[in-house]
Amino acid sequence: MQRHHTRATILSTLFMGLGQIYNRQFIKGIIFIIVEALSLTYFIQNLGRAFWGIVTLGTATQHFEKVNGIAKLVKGDHSIFILIQSLITLIFFVLFLIAWYMNIRDARKTGAARDAGHTPATFKQSIRYILDYKFAQTFLILPSIGILLFTVMPIIFMVLLAFTNYSAPNHMPPAKLVDWVGFETFRNLLVLKSWSQTFYGVLTWTIIWAVLSTVTTYFGGMLVAMLVSQQGIRFKGVWRAILIIPYAIPQMISLLLMRNLFNGQFGPINQYLKFFGLGGLPWLTDPFWAKVTVIVVNMWVGIPVSMLLIMGVLTTIPRDMYEAAEVDGATNYQKFRIITLPMVLFSTAPTLIAQFAGNINNFNAIFLLTGGNPPNGDYQYAGSTDLLVTWLYKLTLDQNKYNMASAVGIIIFLIVASFSIYNYRRTKSFQEEDMIQ
Amino acid sequence: MSGVKIRRRIRLGLSYLMLLILSVAALYPAIWILLSSLRPGKSLYSKTLIPETFTLEHYRALFYDPTLLFPTWWLNTLKIALFSMVLGVFLTLLTSYAVSRFRFKARKTTMSGLLVLGMFPGFMSMIAIYLLLKEFDLLDTHMALIIVYAAGAPLGGTLIAKGFLDTIPRSLDEAARIDGASNFGIFWKVILPLSRPMITYMALTQFVGPWVDFIFARLILRTKEKWTVAVGMWDMVNSNQNSNFTTFAAGAVLISIPIMILFTFLQKLLVEGLTAGASKG
Repeated sequence: MQRHHTRATILSTLFMGLGQIYNRQFIKGIIFIIVEALSLTYFIQNLGRAFWGIVTLGTATQHFEKVNGIAKLVKGDHSIFILIQSLITLIFFVLFLIAWYMNIRDARKTGAARDAGHTPATFKQSIRYILDYKFAQTFLILPSIGILLFTVMPIIFMVLLAFTNYSAPNHMPPAKLVDWVGFETFRNLLVLKSWSQTFYGVLTWTIIWAVLSTVTTYFGGMLVAMLVSQQGIRFKGVWRAILIIPYAIPQMISLLLMRNLFNGQFGPINQYLKFFGLGGLPWLTDPFWAKVTVIVVNMWVGIPVSMLLIMGVLTTIPRDMYEAAEVDGATNYQKFRIITLPMVLFSTAPTLIAQFAGNINNFNAIFLLTGGNPPNGDYQYAGSTDLLVTWLYKLTLDQNKYNMASAVGIIIFLIVASFSIYNYRRTKSFQEEDMIQ
Repeated sequence: MSGVKIRRRIRLGLSYLMLLILSVAALYPAIWILLSSLRPGKSLYSKTLIPETFTLEHYRALFYDPTLLFPTWWLNTLKIALFSMVLGVFLTLLTSYAVSRFRFKARKTTMSGLLVLGMFPGFMSMIAIYLLLKEFDLLDTHMALIIVYAAGAPLGGTLIAKGFLDTIPRSLDEAARIDGASNFGIFWKVILPLSRPMITYMALTQFVGPWVDFIFARLILRTKEKWTVAVGMWDMVNSNQNSNFTTFAAGAVLISIPIMILFTFLQKLLVEGLTAGASKG
């Protein structure tokens, strides 16, 4: 009796569910048949158009036609809608193929079990099996759908855009069509002078910013943490509570607030400087000072977090290490350099790298404070304090240079992702996760 | 008096001085905005830090000025925050429980995948999400924001939550299993009650999100009546920076106070959240 699994496999390949019915799993079979029937009606209507759409991105240009001597607008294809519709259909199609494959495998397995003389599982037993052994996968279905639709699909879409010429003013639907252009966008971005100058300029500032903002907040936080937790300081709780306040204010509010505080004309900072007989500084309007301002403000926002973190680490350093050092006659500086610093660095290294990666993408700090300004004449649509992310934002929302923005986004992603993956692979929760249990 | 003692005094004195300066720097902006919100007039400029007379007029304006719509924005945000909190926490718990407790084939891939996907600049996907919502006819609705926030929650939260769930001993699950509990029963009766601190942390971070995010909110919500507080506040500063500053200050205070209270309660949990997943020496 070797025939059951071959037959069930062939039947299921022909039409989802037939194999299951052949295996006398009627309810399961009928559910599968309904799924396939619904999918087929959907794909017959859409799949051909989806393939056509993703290859051509539309063929009919919007144009005017003379009807009885009056020019009439004939709507053409909207390339971007076509692209996204095709993409959605294709994703459904891939999901369907996976379901179809699993259905065949299921039929084959049950058939094989019958060949071996077992009775196939009833519907109730199947459900039980799923809940007991496939529980994790079942649990993950719902979040996966959300992530697929709102994260994966958009990312694929944006990656695809980088290879088109979707940009203002010459290729904006619905008036014009969009076409595939291969790597031309990347070539323009990296080699064409007008773009590459902006790109390298902004990239350099992004890296300087990420390094400086991470280092200043981290070591600033370490300094404050050590100040508060050193021996002999009283009211530790009070100092801590006061110094944590900047962290408790919502970041958006504090950045908008700082923007007013540093306002060159009416802001109180310049007012105080003038009061002391010093000239006001162009905090947000001069390219150099604007950079200083964003770093300083970022310190104000970021130091409390590092402080909290490092204070936590400081309490875990065993006291006897310091006592041993004192016996050996170590000075305070030596104690810091040989005990405190390595201990703190060691246990916060992953957080440090994560902060660095986060700062590369620190959209709020720049956008809410300076908006990327002051403007820079040498740059294409970017200001002196613009990071790659804020430049990307301007390219999309203000300038409609979607293809260029996507290319920039892909580059940011490559930089940030490599840091994060390296970082995460090193952490214990990934490597030795079964240790505790 | 020995030299050591004097040196110690000087060190402590300098430390107190530093702490004092830092405290002023930390407190000043908060005090400044609070006092600005109580100052008569509308402008950013004022001669002194402490106003000569105090007024609550700006707070009143926030609630009664028909052109500002602040109460509407506030309620909108509350609604979005609550729904996205419930949905988002639910989705995050599902993923983190599955990843923490079960060993299945695609597990490491799922974890790395979550991490990598979380690295994409959020608004890089903005245009696509915009078009997607347009396809589903959800533009300019609160539903859209709730779905987007909730669907994004597992990306940021799963790994942190997983780190926490990993610390709940497996032997508890096994004991429950021997007593005949199903997987779902274990999740409901053992894991959920034990992860209450984790859930509080996730719920609050998820709840605070809509109050401060304005990038997506601004993209999706087009009519002024549907705005969230963040979009409204940003608009207030951006459109007429100097002429309406005191009202902005009042709004800022009103948003900050509840969030500050939440954060005070959260402090301990926040440190745990920050260090979760970090390697401990």
